[in-house]
Amino acid sequence: MTSSTETIIIGGGLVGVWAAYFLARRGRKVLLLEKGFIGAQSSGVNFGNLRLQGRHPDQYPLSLRSQGIWEQLPELIGDSCEYDRTGHLYCAFNSDEAEKLTAYAAVSRSHDLQIENLDRVSIKQRFPYIGKKVIAATFSARDAVANPRLATPATARAAQAYGAVMIENCEATQIEASDKGFEVHTQHGETWSCLYVINSAGAWAANIAKQFGEDVPAFAAGPPQFVTEPVPYRIVPSIQTIDGSVIARQIPRGNVILAGYPRTASDLAANRAPVPPRKTVAGMAALSEVIPSLRSCHVIRVWSGIEAYLPDMIPIIGPSETTPGLFHAFGFCGHGYQIGPGVGLCLSEWICDGQTPTPLEAFGIGRYRTTIAVSEKFKSEFDAGGANA
Amino acid sequence: MPTIVIIGAGPAGMRAAETISRAGLVPILIDEAPRAGGQGYRTPASGISIDTHKLMGSQSKKYQQLHHDFLSIVSSIDYRPETLVWAIENNTLFTLSHNTIATIQFDCLIVASGATDRVYPMPGWTLPGVFTLGGMQLSLKDQGCAIGKKVVLFGSSPLLPLVALQYKNLGVEIAAICDTTGFAGKISALPSMVFSPGTFLRGLSYLASLTLSRTPLFFGVKPLSIEGDHRVRGIRFLTGSGQEKWIECDGVGLGYGLKPETQIADLAGAVFEPDEDLGLWLPRMDQDGRAGKNLYLAGDGAAIGGADAAEASGKLAALAALSSLGVYCDAKQQTRLQNTVRRLRAFQRGLARAFAPPQQFAETLADETVICRCEAIHAGTIRKALALSHTPPEMNRVKAITRCGMGRCQGRMCAPALQAMIIHHANQSLAQTGRLRGQAPIKPIPLSAAGETAP
Ligand SMILES: Cc1cc2nc3c(=O)[nH]c(=O)nc-3n(C[C@H](O)[C@H](O)[C@H](O)COP(=O)(O)OP(=O)(O)OC[C@H]3O[C@@H](n4cnc5c(N)ncnc54)[C@H](O)[C@@H]3O)c2cc1C
Repeated sequence: MTSSTETIIIGGGLVGVWAAYFLARRGRKVLLLEKGFIGAQSSGVNFGNLRLQGRHPDQYPLSLRSQGIWEQLPELIGDSCEYDRTGHLYCAFNSDEAEKLTAYAAVSRSHDLQIENLDRVSIKQRFPYIGKKVIAATFSARDAVANPRLATPATARAAQAYGAVMIENCEATQIEASDKGFEVHTQHGETWSCLYVINSAGAWAANIAKQFGEDVPAFAAGPPQFVTEPVPYRIVPSIQTIDGSVIARQIPRGNVILAGYPRTASDLAANRAPVPPRKTVAGMAALSEVIPSLRSCHVIRVWSGIEAYLPDMIPIIGPSETTPGLFHAFGFCGHGYQIGPGVGLCLSEWICDGQTPTPLEAFGIGRYRTTIAVSEKFKSEFDAGGANA
Repeated sequence: MPTIVIIGAGPAGMRAAETISRAGLVPILIDEAPRAGGQGYRTPASGISIDTHKLMGSQSKKYQQLHHDFLSIVSSIDYRPETLVWAIENNTLFTLSHNTIATIQFDCLIVASGATDRVYPMPGWTLPGVFTLGGMQLSLKDQGCAIGKKVVLFGSSPLLPLVALQYKNLGVEIAAICDTTGFAGKISALPSMVFSPGTFLRGLSYLASLTLSRTPLFFGVKPLSIEGDHRVRGIRFLTGSGQEKWIECDGVGLGYGLKPETQIADLAGAVFEPDEDLGLWLPRMDQDGRAGKNLYLAGDGAAIGGADAAEASGKLAALAALSSLGVYCDAKQQTRLQNTVRRLRAFQRGLARAFAPPQQFAETLADETVICRCEAIHAGTIRKALALSHTPPEMNRVKAITRCGMGRCQGRMCAPALQAMIIHHANQSLAQTGRLRGQAPIKPIPLSAAGETAP
């Protein structure tokens, strides 16, 4: 027997659950299928940065809209998920990098973001734990963090309270388009019919797009991460070096988390994201140069995640170009946590209103019909030889 | 010459090293500890004089033999004490020694990583003066120190009578031995115990000599609390007949049997299977201890079997490795050792059944009890999280949501308790509950070990 609903969301990561939340809140029927557990993939293991400065210029309207959602979590879902407006310190080691910082700051300011320029003296005054190697920095106060392990399950609960239906341990194995909409088959042999499908299947989403004739060169990888034992809380903002060697933050209970480059390939089929020990060691060395007082503290655990990357380092968000009623949202290239709620909101608007006020043209899947230029950022984020290293 | 690396210099690793060395190879033997012997056959710290003969009791001869045999080969092997293996990637080990990170390539790996105490928390278990049973044994063997002047041993473990005897022999007052399992349960485990009558008799003689010297023995007790302001003042429990009892003491030894230290095997690629009987996830291996291509497990780190099984399984793994590398083969001895190991482990399995984990632990534990010491996570927090939707009753998900098991020890201490709470909450099997996945670093490593720049 086939049951029916209006929208089926494939994938219960942050993007999927926020789309479910906004659809259900507007009274629409929505079913979310998750092959494993809600919020257990990228959305649940990421670094937790809600960074605004240094984003792709075309992403600011979406990004700021999404930050607005993060800033209202208690009102929206009844849980703050440890959201904390810590600010973000972007650091340069040399004058070339300092110039890049200035350019990023100009873009941020053009979107009304407050960015402070800091020289060596003011860095030392305001952030005395930052090492001498950092010669310049910019500080953005609206940037924040939130606990990734809590955000997706909490949003899922709120969406369910509005009537969204969610099934875990239920993989969508086949999606067929018909003139009446879609039929979605699951691993348990059920079939669901619906009018709209949202493909928010994270690193697995490109396979789904491909079934609809939309082939994009996505591949799975993740930044190597580690966490230290707790030490007295001192480092309030997220600290990021512009060369990518250090993205670090301390949580109020004292642990310091580090995400580093280069990214590491992860295994989609086996569902594994091993961290090469050499990258851990490189991250340890890099962190102790940026924050020398951490040299004596211990790393207690490493992990990574399974995230889809694309050569131009920006995601695919928007309607399918081959199949009406199908929407894609994947390939977040390591920065989808911040924009996740906003993406969910835009998807709900597309379905309910046929359009979204947020400009998203740059993220259409159609751009992959022609050859895409590989972004500079992409080249620097991976080892020589791409994601295979 | 192939490189065989042995991790762990306890009885299993020492015998493996000796076997390989006698076959003409130079194995690398790595251990975190400064001296060989592992936990059970530990050598006292230098400058500490202990009557090991008296301490080891009936094990004394074997203890001396093992160390004697090891001394005769130690100069012809590559022995690396004070070296921690913290990560494994393909055939490369990452080590930390004297604050320096290094790598070792291997052709064959024998993991003899030993066991650790299984602990089920009770209110007050983190007070100073509370030790695990194994820990209180080590303070004797390593430092010649007792954990108190008047000590209570509590839990369900073959170590209860053994440790009591060791402490008593050195003049410490044992205020009580409290066994959470009933006497009847022990008797019903007898059939599998007769596999090794020698060990069985030794076990009984502990009980006998304790009884003779009038140490209070309680069976079938239920834990209530360990109390004290800054350190242990006493312990409260319900006796088998349901009476509340308070016993004053200044030290408590707590333990519910042993569990293999399997983190290294996990990172080396071993496959794990749930043993619903013992409540443990154990690495899958064949009768030689082979757990993967060029991966062997021996001693208590593979399956709890005790010291004799550790020595035999260490030799066995070494022989199997040598023969599969085409270096040396002694099929007869291999078969003999397989039988010995099988027999001794079957006996330990019987013992483990006789000393089962406390029933109703998860149900009755007070909400304020700390479960995860590293992250200070209480039983109530775990219960509250489990009651929410989207906290799947699976070890890694509950860890992610509550932080239980996320700290320095990576769940070595709290995993059994967390597992019991999840199983109780969802009324499901161990297989459905899953296990905490091993992650590097196996033990914490300081940032400074990375040096100024990456290697
Ligand atoms: C280690 C790491 C650190 C990161 N740090 C940050 C950061 O600091 N800031 C930031 O903004 N971003 C960060 N990111 C990126 C961010 O986590 C992701 O972009 C974001 O979580 C993507 O959300 P998602 O919902 O698209 O994907 P996911 O969370 O991966 O969710 C997709 C879900 O789809 C399910 N699924 C797949 N196929 C099917 C199917 N056929 N049927 C049913 N279900 C299916 C999967 O099981 C999965 O749960 C990081 C990523 C990683 C890996």
